[in-house]
Amino acid sequence: MTQSTGTAVLERLWQMSRLGNVNWGRLMVIAVPYFWLALFFFIPFLVVFKISLSESAIAVPPYTDLLDLDLEEAYLNIKINLGNYLFLWEDSFYLDAYLSSIKIAAISTVLTLIVAFPIAWLIARSEGNTRTILLALVVLPFWTSFLLRVYAWMALLKKSGPINDILMAVGLIDQPLQMLQTDFAVYIGIVYTYLPFMVLPLYTALEKLDMTLVEAAADLGYRPIQSFFAVIVPMALPGIVAGCLLVFIPVVGEYVIPSLLGGSDTLMIGRVLWDEFSINRDWPMASAVAIVMLVILVVPITLVRNSSKQEDAA
Amino acid sequence: MSNQRSWLLMSTSALGFLFLYLPIFSLVIYSFNESKLVTVWGGWSLKWYGELFRNEQIVNAAMLSFKVAMISATLAVILGTMAGFALQRLGRFKGKMMFSGWISAPLVMPDVITGLSLLLLFVALESLFGWPAGRGTLTIIIAHTTFCMAYVAVIVQSRLAGFDETLEEAAMDLGARPSSLFFLVTLPLIMPAVLSGWLLSFTMSLDDLVIASFVSGPGNSTLPMVIFSKVRLGVTPEVNALATLMILVVAIGVFVAMWQMRKRPEPQ
Repeated sequence: MTQSTGTAVLERLWQMSRLGNVNWGRLMVIAVPYFWLALFFFIPFLVVFKISLSESAIAVPPYTDLLDLDLEEAYLNIKINLGNYLFLWEDSFYLDAYLSSIKIAAISTVLTLIVAFPIAWLIARSEGNTRTILLALVVLPFWTSFLLRVYAWMALLKKSGPINDILMAVGLIDQPLQMLQTDFAVYIGIVYTYLPFMVLPLYTALEKLDMTLVEAAADLGYRPIQSFFAVIVPMALPGIVAGCLLVFIPVVGEYVIPSLLGGSDTLMIGRVLWDEFSINRDWPMASAVAIVMLVILVVPITLVRNSSKQEDAA
Repeated sequence: MSNQRSWLLMSTSALGFLFLYLPIFSLVIYSFNESKLVTVWGGWSLKWYGELFRNEQIVNAAMLSFKVAMISATLAVILGTMAGFALQRLGRFKGKMMFSGWISAPLVMPDVITGLSLLLLFVALESLFGWPAGRGTLTIIIAHTTFCMAYVAVIVQSRLAGFDETLEEAAMDLGARPSSLFFLVTLPLIMPAVLSGWLLSFTMSLDDLVIASFVSGPGNSTLPMVIFSKVRLGVTPEVNALATLMILVVAIGVFVAMWQMRKRPEPQ
């Protein structure tokens, strides 16, 4: 009996020494990026939420405090202002901006998919050097400045720009078309800048596609269009979903493209947020706009993580 | 039938590539235009390149952007490699689910949300602790490091997932300590991912307009902020020259990178 107690004590001591012997290297590798992201990615959202519940004030910083602690009078006053959210709901301007952003993002996601699919298919079906070169050609514009590529479209779409010149020279139109500062220009700009984000996941999915299945469908009497929807689309679905999410989510909050290519009537929530912040200097309102946008996007953002996990598993 | 279809595929993809490159070519050509009016061709000239280098505002902003991009890309690579390694190699730990969420969310988070939330954090931190004092280069670097490290982490993680652990296990069996195991075995294996993560971070930092506009202070305009304010007023020929130079640098960089890859084929 004494012997077994002795062993138990020894075991306990051994465990305690193990506890003291923390693997510091492992802990640091996890803790340093963890705390960085906690401080500079996660906590900021809590700050935004807190400020969305405060009131705008002419002060530095321009908002009121939620907590009003008076030690002499010994009272703590907590003031939560839901007015910003109420205003978001009541003023149809904001609702319109959210709906219009979602509409623009959805349409441009579909357009990007349509433009990207043949390119991704061609890359996936080509071999060796051709594939490398085509991939590089798709990725190359991504490495040049996004802002400058949007700016290039401003020059091309202008009333006196080359596209109008060519259309007039050919005789298709008599008057230069107003293309810049329209929703049309916004769609062009979005499809253009987000194309690589759609092509790459599509290519990854199409590359794995077994062409014998397409041939089998043809042997079974499927017409090309039928086998496209019955065979190719289901097999490429993970790529399609990933690509669409990578385009849709950031486009909802897009600021640069609607401000450079869109007109004053191109209503997008990213622009509204920026104006609330910089022109109206209403930080609480801008925060409320951001929180609601985040709530709208939280489901697609979670889907991104799951779709990337599936790809890892595959 | 099949011929017809492949012709259709070729022509639609060709249109797609034309769509990708037409604006870039037009920028390059117009940068050599003597005339200030974009529509009028005034003959070939290097005038706007001279104007570009004489424009102190652009040159200063370019230097600031370059400095910010160098520092943020380096910090992002260190933090992102740690994060990717932690997720892929260090097994289970408390809060791993949340951690992987924090890694993937910045990839798609709209810039206006990231920018606003970081600005409000910096303001709150300053009023609580007096740090960071004011907003400027430091706050831009912190912001850029944060969103770039997520990209690095994802790239490193997928590269690590592509290797089995036998090499690392062999090194451990031979008695390598964890730190030398990482620097002598794992790091050389994931080096291509680390390098491309650095390049991607550098480019994204150099490119960011929205987040930098939120978190920078007065007198700290980055290159995209200066370009944006110029471009908003209309088409400016110096910006064409600047764009051409940037495209040239990127094209050379990509070709060198591809050349290196061809010489040294990747394992797998």
